[in-house]
Amino acid sequence: MTTLDLEHLVQPDKVHKSVYTDERLFELEMEHIFEKAWVYCGHESQVKNVGDYWTVQIGRQPMVMVRDKDQVVQVLYNRCPHRGVQLCGNQSGNTGQAFVCSYHAWSFHLNGKVRAIPLMKGYDGTALKTSDPDSSMVPAARVKSYRGFVFASLSSTGPDLLEFLGDAKVAFDDMCDRSPVGEVEAVPVMHRVVQKSNWKFFMENQLDALHPSVTHQSTGVAARRVEQRLKSDNGSAPLFFHYLSTFASSFDQWDSVQTVNFPHGHGILKAYMGLRPTDPDTVEYEGILKKAYGEEKGEEYLGRSIHHVLIYPYLSVQSPLQQLRCLRPISASETQSEIWHFRLKGVPEAIYQRSLWYFNLVNSPATMINADDLENWTKAQIGLQSNGGEWVSLHRNYGQDTEKEGVLYSNNGTSEVVMRNQFIAWKAYMLSAQSPNPV
Amino acid sequence: MNQTIVKEALGSGVVIEAVQSMTGAESIAPDHMGRGSVSAKGYIPKAMTIGRELEQEVHHLLFAQAAMLDAKNWSGFIELFSSAGVYWAPARADQTDWQREASIFAEDKLLMEVRMGRLQHPNAWSQAPLWETNHMVGNIVVESQGEDSLEVFSKFQMMELRRDHVRHFAGSYRHSLIKESGDWKIKLQRVDLINAQASFDYVIQAWI
Repeated sequence: MTTLDLEHLVQPDKVHKSVYTDERLFELEMEHIFEKAWVYCGHESQVKNVGDYWTVQIGRQPMVMVRDKDQVVQVLYNRCPHRGVQLCGNQSGNTGQAFVCSYHAWSFHLNGKVRAIPLMKGYDGTALKTSDPDSSMVPAARVKSYRGFVFASLSSTGPDLLEFLGDAKVAFDDMCDRSPVGEVEAVPVMHRVVQKSNWKFFMENQLDALHPSVTHQSTGVAARRVEQRLKSDNGSAPLFFHYLSTFASSFDQWDSVQTVNFPHGHGILKAYMGLRPTDPDTVEYEGILKKAYGEEKGEEYLGRSIHHVLIYPYLSVQSPLQQLRCLRPISASETQSEIWHFRLKGVPEAIYQRSLWYFNLVNSPATMINADDLENWTKAQIGLQSNGGEWVSLHRNYGQDTEKEGVLYSNNGTSEVVMRNQFIAWKAYMLSAQSPNPV
Repeated sequence: MNQTIVKEALGSGVVIEAVQSMTGAESIAPDHMGRGSVSAKGYIPKAMTIGRELEQEVHHLLFAQAAMLDAKNWSGFIELFSSAGVYWAPARADQTDWQREASIFAEDKLLMEVRMGRLQHPNAWSQAPLWETNHMVGNIVVESQGEDSLEVFSKFQMMELRRDHVRHFAGSYRHSLIKESGDWKIKLQRVDLINAQASFDYVIQAWI
């Protein structure tokens, strides 16, 4: 392997283009970031019943999340230990009491332990023992849930889940606290969209407040035109026009939206959409929440200023509207995103409708927003492969952000502290690729 | 020597016959896929016979709809819809209510106007590269006829070219048509893509 010179690749205010384009770096990222860190697998409500499963990719590893007979959610390598065949060939379903291999019918309990092997006497006197872990499905090294959201780490060492999430765990608190019973349920429609670009573009873009009024101008302007006509004709317009029209705000307006940047590369873009109108549905909902939690807590939960929370390096949670997008990188230049939304338990249908409309208008595969993001990132991926330059500039507002107790607060919404902070985390993960610890 | 042994080994054998017993994976878990037995599914349209002239009117409307899309005549496409018309592409075939389901498209005429406004804006960046579509509509079946209303089922194929990349979409349309000011208009266009829950390589920019 060629020497990995992290000091050269990642500098405080610029990064080398190869961090987006080099397939060898991508393999190292898979090994040292995605296959070590805590990775989101899914929500417990995706596997409600014993035997329900969802297949999920962690780094390069095909895994399966399953509810076992003790109601524990397991995350196992989706692989038969006999000849290596995937046990679940489809995305999701119910596997009954066991996984059974389609090749030679080895079967496994839902916790992965071998259950039966046909013609077992064929192994009499051989080295194969069913008590040997090599005869069972291999579990993820660590599996843990936070408020119903299931994470797995393929490394037995490293920070525990809450330490990894740090303050960014507010993503799940903010989503769940908006339900009077503190719970959400996954709506079982998962859209998948492939971007022809490195996964980092998505993560950087999510908190990039300089791009919306440029990239999304066409949609913002078109939505504002209809919204204003409805307001002048009827006195009001449905809230979902606002989801689209805010994209057409000015540079100065976007510069006033603060970002909060945490250790491990996580971050928050603070709220910019007014999501607390005074219509009867909202008033009823806020009443329900305050009844459940009391005036003070209720106000805290309703008033949190969050647009997106990023869990680096793969998750974007839009908690106020219960949206979640999870990246599954494919190669240095290709990334799949999985797109979900959630239903707050115990709230009026009109409040669910807000998440639904956001999901349908902004996050669906016919999105009028991401169409132009994806176009940018495709062109960026192509541009970065050129010899027309070596560096990607992250200079904007460098040295002008405020640091308090390890958290970086932007004083300008458009500060590229977002990217700089993500690369601090990237560099820290990649240090182990530079000097691997001997086993 | 070896030849003799091999000859001997090949000199006898067994005949196995399919018998009434549990075979293979069944012997371990009768329904290990948890699927139950696999039955026919999907929607079979029920054809009814209508007058030739009316049938032609329906065909012309469906063909016009496809032609408007391929010609990027967005306003012409929207004008084919009734005043309360809706364009809906559900995410799953079992969905029934365009306003209450996670969808790919769920647009009334106002939202269609937003999409058109985006597509026509000079800074709709993703519209700059070469982008063409070609729709084929066929297997057209009128399923029911009311007073000034029709339910029409059809199949479509759509090829899309973007930059040098080809994508292929297919599925069925269900058109609820009504007479408005003497013309047939689309009250609801339901688009069931067979690709609806597949992974989308890039997104869909315009109506299918």
